[in-house]
Amino acid sequence: MRMTTMLMRSGRDIAMLDDFFFRALLAGIGLALTTGPLGCFVVWRRMAYFGDTIAHSALLGVALSLMLEINLLVSVFAVAVAVSLLLLLLQKRQALSADALLGILSHSTLAIGLVLVAFMSWVRIDLIAFLFGDILAVTPADIALIWGGGLFVLAALVVLWRPLIASTVSADIAEAEGLKPERARLLFMLLMALVIAIAMKIVGIMLITALLIIPAATARRFSSAPEGMAVLSSLIGVIAVVGGLFGSLTYDTPSGPSIVVAALVLFILSLLPGRAKNLARDGTSSGGRS
Amino acid sequence: MLMQTAVSERQKGDELVTLVGAGIRRNSRWLVRGVDLSIHRGEIVTLIGPNGAGKSTTAKMAIGVLRADEGKVNRKPGLKIGYVPQKLAIDWTMPLSVRRLMRLTGKLDDGALMAALTDVGIPHLVDAEVRHLSGGEFQRALLARAIARNPDLLVLDEPVQGVDFAGESALYELIRTIRNKTGCGILLISHDLHMVMADTDTVICLNGHVCCRGTPEAVSRSDDYRRLFGNVGAGLAVYSHHHDHTHLPDGRVQHKDGSVTDHCHPDDGHHHDGHDHKHDHYGHHDHSHAHVEETSNNPVHAHDGNHTSHQGHVDGEIGKNSHAHDDHAHAVGEGHRHA
Repeated sequence: MRMTTMLMRSGRDIAMLDDFFFRALLAGIGLALTTGPLGCFVVWRRMAYFGDTIAHSALLGVALSLMLEINLLVSVFAVAVAVSLLLLLLQKRQALSADALLGILSHSTLAIGLVLVAFMSWVRIDLIAFLFGDILAVTPADIALIWGGGLFVLAALVVLWRPLIASTVSADIAEAEGLKPERARLLFMLLMALVIAIAMKIVGIMLITALLIIPAATARRFSSAPEGMAVLSSLIGVIAVVGGLFGSLTYDTPSGPSIVVAALVLFILSLLPGRAKNLARDGTSSGGRS
Repeated sequence: MLMQTAVSERQKGDELVTLVGAGIRRNSRWLVRGVDLSIHRGEIVTLIGPNGAGKSTTAKMAIGVLRADEGKVNRKPGLKIGYVPQKLAIDWTMPLSVRRLMRLTGKLDDGALMAALTDVGIPHLVDAEVRHLSGGEFQRALLARAIARNPDLLVLDEPVQGVDFAGESALYELIRTIRNKTGCGILLISHDLHMVMADTDTVICLNGHVCCRGTPEAVSRSDDYRRLFGNVGAGLAVYSHHHDHTHLPDGRVQHKDGSVTDHCHPDDGHHHDGHDHKHDHYGHHDHSHAHVEETSNNPVHAHDGNHTSHQGHVDGEIGKNSHAHDDHAHAVGEGHRHA
């Protein structure tokens, strides 16, 4: 509460600012701090589509939670983990490309979720809130969950940092030199499932991946080390959340999409100066004989 | 004549890795099967073989990146491995300096970091971004990273790919120095059949299975090897410098086909009379290593095409390349082999 009052004092338009808005800010900032480093790995490991798939599967989690009357977060997390494991299993069989498998899982889980919700005629749910988030409705309990879960995820990332970075550069090197990349990868998937379950309420199923990817992509240009990029994308995410929420308040636009738009604006700004520098050499480094 | 001292000095039983009948199967096809090999402390084992022979697969099996589908792989408990993979594609969205790459899998103090980069010849690139390195520079950085770990077993999958000609022999020299200094075992993979490292103790020739093995000289002489790679007698001439002719006591030369001439291939324009093995062709200097490098740079064409009559002989094109290495007399130092 002290933090709330502090923010209140610093706000320019105090009359307009209600308590719900600060809850939204707190929730959004907590989430952005978490999605920054996680999002870097999503970008480095080219897992954007994977993030999307897990996010889409969250709706199935929502439907199951209503049907079985279990905790929403637990249900969403469980479905996300199940889909991740299913994906790993299917990838091992190598019958279809990872790309196609993700497409199948992504949209079928979303569709099954929608169908299940439609079957439950006795339940009235605000689909839009799940799809696009309802950050202005966060409760203090939600905030506690976001910050608690977020700190847990960040701590886990710190512990797993070296194996994760090493296996992102080369899983073979990491394996040969005893860093157990498979385990790191699995734990990373679990962390991602957890963050998506937590984030669903803030930006919604359809927009979670944006909060993972856009701040990380924005941070890339200003970073010279993976660690710096992780911290910077957290900060950029925070700016996007704050900017988006104030924009949403000012222009009376939906909060989740406003945050994503704010992130996009930052990304575009980051591209403007010295764009040629990135284009000059955007191939991957490989050891091929030239 | 061959560098076999390391083998004999080696303590038997000091095995780092042992593969017994090991094989890997993918999609009901055996990539490689029935591999027996062991690497001892201080030993350099080189895997050669054509594309798809299972060289990288065998190496990955030895270091535990791939699990053997049959047979046994034993690694010494607590074995510290330094690995340079054949292929590595880093997504350019990850900002990664050479300095950071060096610390990829473990802590490393600045002194050791710079020492390793200096060893491979790229200390000036310590703060360069990895994605801006050339293929050869990147390869050197990877090698530096692997050796800076001070491993028990160094596994190098084509470590000199993309490295320029002069650098290649310097890196091979470095690998030898590391072995001599640290006593680590080295598993080396070479796609270049003609350039097997000078100090290799054991060459294992793979083609889905172990096709032949032994000292470099023995392998290059073996029928299996010749069958696999064609009758390119110059294949491993690096060490043994095979000759397809013998010098008769009276100064004349007897060729493989039995004919006897006054000179070696007098009509090819490359040969000096007498063939005294001092190799002073065309006035270039630094003959001490010319044979080795020449072989490495002119893999096949110099020997199995136009120069079939030169099998086992690499003198043919030395003059073309020697100028590039005059300042690298230290590089391989094979001179004694021809003396």
